[in-house]
Amino acid sequence: MCRLLREKGPAFVGETAVTPADAARHPARSPPARFCYKPRVATPPTSGAFGPYGGRFVAETLVPALDELSAALDGIVATPAFQRELDGWLADYVGRPTPLGDASRFARTVDPTGEALGALWLKREDLCHTGAHKINNALGQVLLATKMGKRRIIAETGAGQHGVATATAAALFGLSCDVYMGAVDVARQAPNVARMELLGARVIPVETGSRTLKDAMNEALRDWVTHVDGTYYCVGSAAGPHPYPTLVAQLQRVIGVEARAQSLARGGLPDAVVACIGGGSNAIGMFGAFLGDEAVALYGVEAAGDGVDTPRHAATLTRGRVGVLHGSKSYVLCDDDGQIAEAHSISAGLDYPGVGPQHAWLKDTGRATYLVATDAEALAAVRAVARTEGILIALETAHAFARVGDVARLEAARRGRPVTVALCVSGRGDKDLSTLLAEEPHHVAS
Amino acid sequence: MSRLEATFAALRARGQKALVAYLCVGDPDVATSIELACVAAEAGADVLELGVPFSDPTADGPAIARASERALAHGASLARTIEAARAVRARSDVPIVLFGYYNPILVRGEARVVAEAQAAGIDALLVVDLPPEEGAELRAAARAAGIDVVALLTPTSGPERVRRAASGASGFVYYVSVAGVTGAADTGALALAAEQAAAVRAATGLPVVVGFGIDGPAKARVAAGLESAGEGADGVVVGTALVRAIEDAPDDDARRAAVGTRIAALRAALDAPHS
Ligand SMILES: Cc1ncc(COP(=O)(O)O)c(C=O)c1O
Repeated sequence: MCRLLREKGPAFVGETAVTPADAARHPARSPPARFCYKPRVATPPTSGAFGPYGGRFVAETLVPALDELSAALDGIVATPAFQRELDGWLADYVGRPTPLGDASRFARTVDPTGEALGALWLKREDLCHTGAHKINNALGQVLLATKMGKRRIIAETGAGQHGVATATAAALFGLSCDVYMGAVDVARQAPNVARMELLGARVIPVETGSRTLKDAMNEALRDWVTHVDGTYYCVGSAAGPHPYPTLVAQLQRVIGVEARAQSLARGGLPDAVVACIGGGSNAIGMFGAFLGDEAVALYGVEAAGDGVDTPRHAATLTRGRVGVLHGSKSYVLCDDDGQIAEAHSISAGLDYPGVGPQHAWLKDTGRATYLVATDAEALAAVRAVARTEGILIALETAHAFARVGDVARLEAARRGRPVTVALCVSGRGDKDLSTLLAEEPHHVAS
Repeated sequence: MSRLEATFAALRARGQKALVAYLCVGDPDVATSIELACVAAEAGADVLELGVPFSDPTADGPAIARASERALAHGASLARTIEAARAVRARSDVPIVLFGYYNPILVRGEARVVAEAQAAGIDALLVVDLPPEEGAELRAAARAAGIDVVALLTPTSGPERVRRAASGASGFVYYVSVAGVTGAADTGALALAAEQAAAVRAATGLPVVVGFGIDGPAKARVAAGLESAGEGADGVVVGTALVRAIEDAPDDDARRAAVGTRIAALRAALDAPHS
């Protein structure tokens, strides 16, 4: 796998979409075909636009820094030398490739007969060093920062996973690191705060606004605008001004590239791919390699909090409207006056009133479908996965698990046969123990 | 000739620097903001920037962010800011710039906001997070309505950015004195900004005002270029200092007095001879 990845060449190029004819040659259970990496013909948008979404809605001060970053995407990230170095770190430090495992016991809990969910495959990003997919992006960006001559890294974090990943990469490369984190999240993700500090990062609690991820990103932007010369802003999701959504999607693309190759090695592409959606980075990473496989349905699951008909949710694509937040045009949760809403989710990593612009475009074009799961459903999924699979998943990831049965039923009905679903296990749940204990002490203790 | 053009032309003819005053509308409440805007104009402000409060003011420092939060808590909005502009216009001919972030404008509807602004007697829009590459629709609507869209330039803007900003800008250029958020700039940065402002004026042909960090008469003079040999800026913007004074005053009388005395002191400093 790693060899394949290292041979793939420039990151911007990626692999060719499998045509419907290819897909037909690899039906779900046919013998494994040799996975072959072909260069993609069309390059991703360089204008920063995903249809009408994306762009750069930032203070003028930051535009030259974003130009510099765009130039670095072409001049550094796209080079074979950078890719080789990054792939080496991903293999030897992060522990890639991560496995694509089977979750048959959990699958039977959501579909006892197996008539809809034939197989559930788990892409195990929780097994990455630091416990989530966030390290793929953080390591890539911090490596890039060293090539750009930056000595100081800043980041925002919600669940703390991106903060931990960034602090880890900064420690690895000997850079200083400041992480902005909403005060609410500092309280509910205390173990990750301690980890960041152990790793030598400074965690700066943010007391403004809703004191969650959105406000942490506001503070990080204010820091960046003030120290734009020597500071690299390591954005944690596939959001923010261009070129961040493109850069983050490229760095997370490895998830789907591996999963696709592993699927083919198992006999064929999955019928559907599922991932949770905060800003959308694990989902876009998982989706990326499958975008051209028309037979593969793509599903994102947003946080419904108390329910999408209450004011307390974070279902941006499902209930938001087109707007601008943190530098890009996408869907946002805001009121009629354009004031950004305070999102709510039990999972800090999904507690965000925005979403990456590529997801907005995938939604509008119908290429991906976006569903929601409530806090209660996510909590139940954490418990079910722990007891059936022996995996303590993150609360964020749990939203994807909560909809697997529905995805399988939809796709099985469409295809008239049981389907195979591949799910991105974006992270592990150790960080959530205090939330789990607070929510359901008897369940956790029993 | 637009109100802004006429104002800058008249100032230039008199050899005077422009004093631009920023207020966050709705802090402490919309009615008081209207009062304070009129006080500022009467005390010598040449241009008013009426700030639209926004939930996520990423380009602002703590003082204006707090004001914005208070204003929203008291029911302020884009629509009510436009209404406030209309009320000020009924009492004064001072040029009014609607100053804010893009999302409220986008969500309300760009053409609608431009039409409402025009009807309210607003002269220009300044959208902090809308660099010249973005917002073509808003710019086109504003141009058609005779409303200027003010460009921002900063110390990080190279010649290419200056050219790009100039091509779409009208009214005046706002030169941000520091790479940073509203609130702080040292004298050295302001002196440099005064020089840069003159260069930007030469490149764009538009009046250039310097803002960010001008907290009183001494810094106003430096930013205007009155303490150095060059031509300096065409004017200065005072924002955070006024917002802080409004925040610190115990009641509306004290707020009116604070705004009035600060503007009068800045006016006097800018009108005192070149040293
Ligand atoms: C484990 C995990 N999954 C998912 C997310 C959501 O982010 P994204 O949508 O960018 O993958 C986070 C964010 O903190 C996370 O920690």
